[in-house]
Amino acid sequence: MKNIWIIAKKELRTYFTSPIAYVIMTVFLLLVGFFFYSLIWWFNTQSMQAAQNPYYAQQMNINQMVFGPLFNNMSIILLLMLPLLTMRLFAEEKKIGTEELLMTSPISVGQIILGKFTASLLVLAAMLGLTGLLSLFTFVYGNPEIAPVLNGYLGLFLMGGAFIAIGLFFSSLTENQIVAAILTFGALLLFWILNWAANSAAGFWKDVLNYVSFFQHFENATQGILDTTDIIYYFSFAFFGMFLTHSVIQSRRWR
Amino acid sequence: MIAVEHLVKNYGDLVAVRDLSFEVGQGLIWGLLGPNAAGKTTTMRILTGYLPATDGRASVGGFDVFEQPNEVKKILGYLPEVLPLYPDQTVTEFLNFVADLKKVPAAKKKGAVARAIKISGLEPVKGRLIRNISRGFKQRVGIAQALVHDPQVLILDEPTIGLDPAQIIEIRSLIKSLQGEHTIILSTHILAEVTQTCDGVVIINEGRLMVSGTLEEVTASVRTRDGVVLKVRRAAEAAVAALKALPGVEKVDRADGELRVEWKVGLDLREAAAKLAVETNCGLLEMRPLAMTIEDIYLKIVSGGVEP
Repeated sequence: MKNIWIIAKKELRTYFTSPIAYVIMTVFLLLVGFFFYSLIWWFNTQSMQAAQNPYYAQQMNINQMVFGPLFNNMSIILLLMLPLLTMRLFAEEKKIGTEELLMTSPISVGQIILGKFTASLLVLAAMLGLTGLLSLFTFVYGNPEIAPVLNGYLGLFLMGGAFIAIGLFFSSLTENQIVAAILTFGALLLFWILNWAANSAAGFWKDVLNYVSFFQHFENATQGILDTTDIIYYFSFAFFGMFLTHSVIQSRRWR
Repeated sequence: MIAVEHLVKNYGDLVAVRDLSFEVGQGLIWGLLGPNAAGKTTTMRILTGYLPATDGRASVGGFDVFEQPNEVKKILGYLPEVLPLYPDQTVTEFLNFVADLKKVPAAKKKGAVARAIKISGLEPVKGRLIRNISRGFKQRVGIAQALVHDPQVLILDEPTIGLDPAQIIEIRSLIKSLQGEHTIILSTHILAEVTQTCDGVVIINEGRLMVSGTLEEVTASVRTRDGVVLKVRRAAEAAVAALKALPGVEKVDRADGELRVEWKVGLDLREAAAKLAVETNCGLLEMRPLAMTIEDIYLKIVSGGVEP
């Protein structure tokens, strides 16, 4: 546990002594802020109209009309930005030769991977935590339900964790950060839209494609549904990503 | 302290190390010598547990490198060929990180880092970012990170590469000062480095052991002739002829006012040679033993003059 923290601390220091974390967080918050503003503005105009129509007024729901789309937007921004957060994790160690220092220290490959994973996860938590400020305004000036909002954040966090694990894997494959980022982004997008293929498939394969796709699972989170299937899905994705990373690093040494 | 037995390492079809065996005793500095691509770095990487061997055994401090890698890694400091430095950290930050990695207890960490900084002469740059310090200081940071946990065994891969002559001398005296407390293996292809800093040498070529032992042993094993060099004022033909006529003398060369007299190993013709020089009245100025330098040995071995 201590070993994991040693690595995580080092990675966090790198994130925050270089511009990486600040740039990613700032751009993320700007984009989320913009989406939030647009959604609130739209909700506001809808509310004005609903004020004249009692039937329509009953349909107004800030959770569904603001937070649902907001979480969807945030998940796409994460899909675009997390590969940039993870691309350097192993690629850089290999490029500058520090991998040799890590591998000749009394610390296991698994601990190194978990340390790096933890550091990225904490940056992700900070990114999501800061957007919590926006949600706070809706609670001050309105009365949304808190459970679906927290559930949405949980979904984003778990999915982000799965994204990071995939990013770790691609970072371990190459010395080139750009290559790592592109491969990660491609893989994540592919898994995201895999359910499109499910539409033309049938039976068993339809279920498989739907299950493997991120889209289906995240859809539940935005609607306030907390399903253990989804949690297991994200966990197994994260585990699988780290397992592959471990295999890549070990196999390179054994070649 | 360090033992390597029948070590083999293949990279696919390429054989980097073949059947390498040698031993290094405690507290000694041993040089690993060989031309480029001889397998020096591979051997060191196997010893540090970075690479697994294809076959054979290696042990450091009594621990098997393959069976107990973590025990080995705890007592070992390693300076790889490519310096493992994080450019965005300051020297002190980096050494603190390495101290954590190498399991230096929290209570001793501050002292250990201060000690490493002092030994390696990093005091003037300890607060600066590694990316901004000179190559010579970076090399010292590399040595400091190998030393920070006060390991019993140090493995240094080309510790003086890329340094200017003054820095090379400083690093060598630094290594020399570590003798006794630490067992050290250093790789190099600079021959002078071995004579100046090492107690013994392992010479490898194309992954094969050519010779190993203390400097004296190695010199003795390769030497085929003993002899003296006579510095004379007048190198007369008569003197050369007389020396050649001595029983056992195999060769007399004349160059730059010096006579190089060689005879079979085991004989001692020094007295007779001196006497002859005086008798032939060639004006003897100086007489010194014909020493075989590490350069001679190395060239002889690597160019294939000696069978392993």
